[in-house]
Amino acid sequence: MDPIIRIQNVTKTFPGKDNQVEALKGITLDIAPGDIYGIIGMSGAGKSTLVRCLNFLERPTTGTVLIEGKDLSTLQEKELRRMRTQIAMIFQHFNLLMQKNVLDNVCFPMEIVGVKKADAVKRAKELLQIVGLEEKALSYPAQLSGGQKQRVAIARALANNPKILLCDEATSALDPTTTKAILQLLQKINQEFGITIVIITHEMRVVQEICSHVAIIDAGELAEHGTVEEVFKAPKSKAAKKLVFMTDERVEEMAGKHCIRIVFTENSSFEPVIANMVLTCKAPVNILLADTKDIGGIAHGQMILQLPEDEQTANHMIHYLQERKLTVEEVEGHV
Amino acid sequence: MSDLMVFEPVILKMLGEDILTTLYMTLASTFLGYVLGLPMGVVLVVTAKDGLRPNALVYKVMDFVINIVRSVPFLILLILVIPFTRMIVGKSYGPTATVVPLTLAAAPFIARMVESSLLEVDKGVVEAAQSMGADLWTIITKVLIGEARTSLVVGATIALGTILGYSAMAGVVGGGGLGDTAITYGYYRYETDIMLVTVLLLILLVQIMQWIASKLARKLDKRLS
Repeated sequence: MDPIIRIQNVTKTFPGKDNQVEALKGITLDIAPGDIYGIIGMSGAGKSTLVRCLNFLERPTTGTVLIEGKDLSTLQEKELRRMRTQIAMIFQHFNLLMQKNVLDNVCFPMEIVGVKKADAVKRAKELLQIVGLEEKALSYPAQLSGGQKQRVAIARALANNPKILLCDEATSALDPTTTKAILQLLQKINQEFGITIVIITHEMRVVQEICSHVAIIDAGELAEHGTVEEVFKAPKSKAAKKLVFMTDERVEEMAGKHCIRIVFTENSSFEPVIANMVLTCKAPVNILLADTKDIGGIAHGQMILQLPEDEQTANHMIHYLQERKLTVEEVEGHV
Repeated sequence: MSDLMVFEPVILKMLGEDILTTLYMTLASTFLGYVLGLPMGVVLVVTAKDGLRPNALVYKVMDFVINIVRSVPFLILLILVIPFTRMIVGKSYGPTATVVPLTLAAAPFIARMVESSLLEVDKGVVEAAQSMGADLWTIITKVLIGEARTSLVVGATIALGTILGYSAMAGVVGGGGLGDTAITYGYYRYETDIMLVTVLLLILLVQIMQWIASKLARKLDKRLS
């Protein structure tokens, strides 16, 4: 399938006082229709600049962005504005009109494209129902919680039936429970309306929760990309490993001494593997990190173990784990 | 001279007319000041370095003109523009003639007020409107002015108060209104009681305007509830 978003060699340089700041250093990425594509990176990695290049809120310094095959840089001002009605965006701080009530906020994008007021109100009410806020139609943003504000922003984003929804750190100002609810709403929107969603975040859990694909941006460069499962199971780049392991300093310190990383999938989490391994090999292991993540509805666990110094026992243990069909990889040095 | 002269019917009638004259000068010049100053303020915000349509030349020219007019004391400006006033109104004294220098003094002042109000609008909301495909006009009218409306009303109150003060100053050159009476009776004829009453009336006018404006601002502001 042709990509709905094609990013080709995009660079962005901001003029600084003394020296120029290279925010993006040649990003090339395709996003297929219907994907929920996560773009993750540490703060300052350039991900927010990248997402603004997708609707030309920032013009790339070089390179092109194609939306459904149309090169944004060739569009006239008016065509670009029409294109933007098809690329909706939600923000970390919601960016609602504070002096307008919820209903008028949702009507605003329709007002921009010239939808008749009565039709706009009707559609806005439907949208508020989709996001579960129909009873708040006449409230003002100041009267809503963060999660509710983001729901209004989502309803507003859907107003003109966009093909793409860009989310710029949309859950970063929300608590974990609200984050989860907003992510579920985004997933529902993706499934029901087939809208391609691009999610910018610095949190791996957001990507794991709903994304099908992920791209890791590190210092303005694309470090790694692929399906979330691929990247999570076998992160190749340093930046990816850092995000997947969510490094805590302790792991970095001790990882030098023969450590392995095990990835569990659902079917292997019934047997108490580690306990049995310790009993079989008659040697203790040190568990440095353990957690479970839900990726695309399948539970994935990961663990980092420090094996005994004795080579033979260590190899025995690795063999034991591999026999039980677990993904085992040595973790060299720091991650 | 009697302390009670101020209560003589003829004086009371004059003061009543003065109030109306002062209100006429103040409201007319504030209105005309906004006709000129509001677009100037918008141009300043839009053409600024990080504005929606950065344009260093337009910005600098506008900025310079505003600063020049703002640095001329009103009393000097009043006299300086007499030829211009004559050209427009046909005479250089009286309430309508005073509206001309008042408007000229008010416009740059209002432009700065509008500029600072519009700069208070959250950049994120402007960005959101851009991302929806809004054009410049929609962003100016619906987002910048719409979101800054409380601040604009507060600014307008300050402008009204300042222009009211200026209008009183115009009394020196026969501008009409309360200021004129205060100077004519209080300064030239030593009738202190009349001067005090005009001052009280000026204070009262400012208070009433302030009161109406704060009510309006509170009613308009949906950010706090």
